[in-house]
Amino acid sequence: MFEFFRNLDRRWIFLMMFLCVAVPIFVIGKYKTTFPEKPLVLATNVFNEIDNLPDGSKVLLAFDYDPGSEGELGPMATAFTLHCIKKHHKMYFIALWPLGRQMIDNAVNRIIKADFPHLRYGEDYVNLGFKAGNEGVIKVIVTDLRKLYTTDSRGTATDEIPMMQGIENIQQMDLVINVSAGYPGTKEWVQYAVTPFPDRIRLVAGCTGVQAPLLYPYIPQQLPGLLAAIKGASEYESLVMAKYGGENISGKYLEAQRRMGPQLVAHLLMIFLIIAGNVIYFVERRRGVRQ
Amino acid sequence: MKPENRWWVILFAIGAVLLIARWFVLPGGFGRAYVRAVPQAVDAEHPDGQWVVYEQATMADYLEAERTNPDQSVYAPSPSRTLGTWIAAFLTLFVLSFVIRDNPLYKIAESIFIGVSAAYWMVTGFWDTIVPNLLGKLAPGLLRNWAVPGLGDDQHPELAYLIPLILGIMLLWRLSPVGGWISRWPMAFIIGTFCGLRLMSFLHADFLTQIRNTIVSLYVVDDGGGFDAWQSLKNLILVVGVLCCLVYFFFSLEHKGVVGNTARVGIWFLMITFGAAFGYTVMGRIALLAIRIEFLMDDWLWLIDPTNKRLLADAAGFFLPLFGMG
Repeated sequence: MFEFFRNLDRRWIFLMMFLCVAVPIFVIGKYKTTFPEKPLVLATNVFNEIDNLPDGSKVLLAFDYDPGSEGELGPMATAFTLHCIKKHHKMYFIALWPLGRQMIDNAVNRIIKADFPHLRYGEDYVNLGFKAGNEGVIKVIVTDLRKLYTTDSRGTATDEIPMMQGIENIQQMDLVINVSAGYPGTKEWVQYAVTPFPDRIRLVAGCTGVQAPLLYPYIPQQLPGLLAAIKGASEYESLVMAKYGGENISGKYLEAQRRMGPQLVAHLLMIFLIIAGNVIYFVERRRGVRQ
Repeated sequence: MKPENRWWVILFAIGAVLLIARWFVLPGGFGRAYVRAVPQAVDAEHPDGQWVVYEQATMADYLEAERTNPDQSVYAPSPSRTLGTWIAAFLTLFVLSFVIRDNPLYKIAESIFIGVSAAYWMVTGFWDTIVPNLLGKLAPGLLRNWAVPGLGDDQHPELAYLIPLILGIMLLWRLSPVGGWISRWPMAFIIGTFCGLRLMSFLHADFLTQIRNTIVSLYVVDDGGGFDAWQSLKNLILVVGVLCCLVYFFFSLEHKGVVGNTARVGIWFLMITFGAAFGYTVMGRIALLAIRIEFLMDDWLWLIDPTNKRLLADAAGFFLPLFGMG
């Protein structure tokens, strides 16, 4: 047994990991069930920041991610959008990633057009689209939004969009929500928007797991709430669904909680492999057969 | 036959058998995509300027529409999107095949990805940067007539944007066989501007503000006036952790005695941080794998239907009894 594990082909580990992810997806997909979720303080803070705003507040949603991180960030974007809709907030979508524009379209088509067709473009939500320039865009729009956004993503002049009337910069937004996959993302929003205007711009974010440790130092002064990876998304999703989900919740609003099943099983495998690897290492060292 | 090749043959055989079984044994087919036709109009003044946008729909939408009105033409199967689903599924499998070993299928997927990305970036760079940020400022009238009819009438040419135009041409001079040094001037401008922007933001957000955030009370009093032991402990760990890590990166003193022991504690804090980062990375990677497998099972093979896209009994109902479930 020891020799078997010592010489284990890595492809067996890949196969085990595949099965640990695939089987829970299959079973959960069949039974349409999810694991119970207990929200922690950071997800609760994000929820409260959005929920405590008066109905009809102006919220800027910056979708700075692309299909490569859809698995982690898509459920967050869905939950953010749904929460804003339920609170009747005015949604201003922007993207600093080129493919963020498609992520916005995806959220609009899957959620707003499909389930809330009464919401009117230009009055309840607007897609300002992608702007190139990374943090330079943030630097400009914190003081002058119209300098860069002369039109929305459809080419309509922003002056002709009802909900853009009177909006000169993003300091007028009641909250900024950022869904971030990397650079530019939450770090840049903290550096160029929140830090120079700490009393005027409030930011909450959802980010990939890789980014999360880099953003924790900003909590709570510069970043009151953070959804870290799919776990954070699942906690926040459970909070939104508990308050606004109703009786029959559509499966598309339970994506994050559904994906915690494969996470659990795959993490158990990872823990087992780490322990097994360490045991083998120490046994080898004791036997004096280290290479 | 080499063991490597045997792996491939076995995997291909299993895949082929499953696909054939899925096709013939289970009802309803799989891997089809549907669309909804949404008529569009330019505006009320141009009733003839109409076109149709095809938005993604589900099989459930299509079947419901057919049941209500068999002659309906709003919802329909989409051959192009169906082809896209199948291409996406095979490209996913091609990329996943890399875990066995590098192979031509993976190379095909990799090359397609690079080619599509490069083309997408070129087109996006033109339409989202050069057109609105340069041409839109230099010749707004031309742009309004040509590409962005919604551009406001109050936009006037801004000659200051000739400077970035000239800098841009100088940057492209790098491609010329002679005078490549000219591109160094705009490059110097870019580097200088970027350094200035980043330096100030890092100083403000990551240095000064972080120092301020670390100055916290070690004796926290709660709302009732009592000692908040838990918050005090968290603040103590924060301060001790920052100081120990700073000592570890302080190399002007030899790491011996008190300095050495403090640095050692700093290493422990760093190790815990790296462990947390590794844990988060694992979580992220598993989430990425999960969505691809979910795509294969849901959108392609129709083995599961977690979002009720299809009204037909999903194929999992066939497989589960084989495993004693369902």
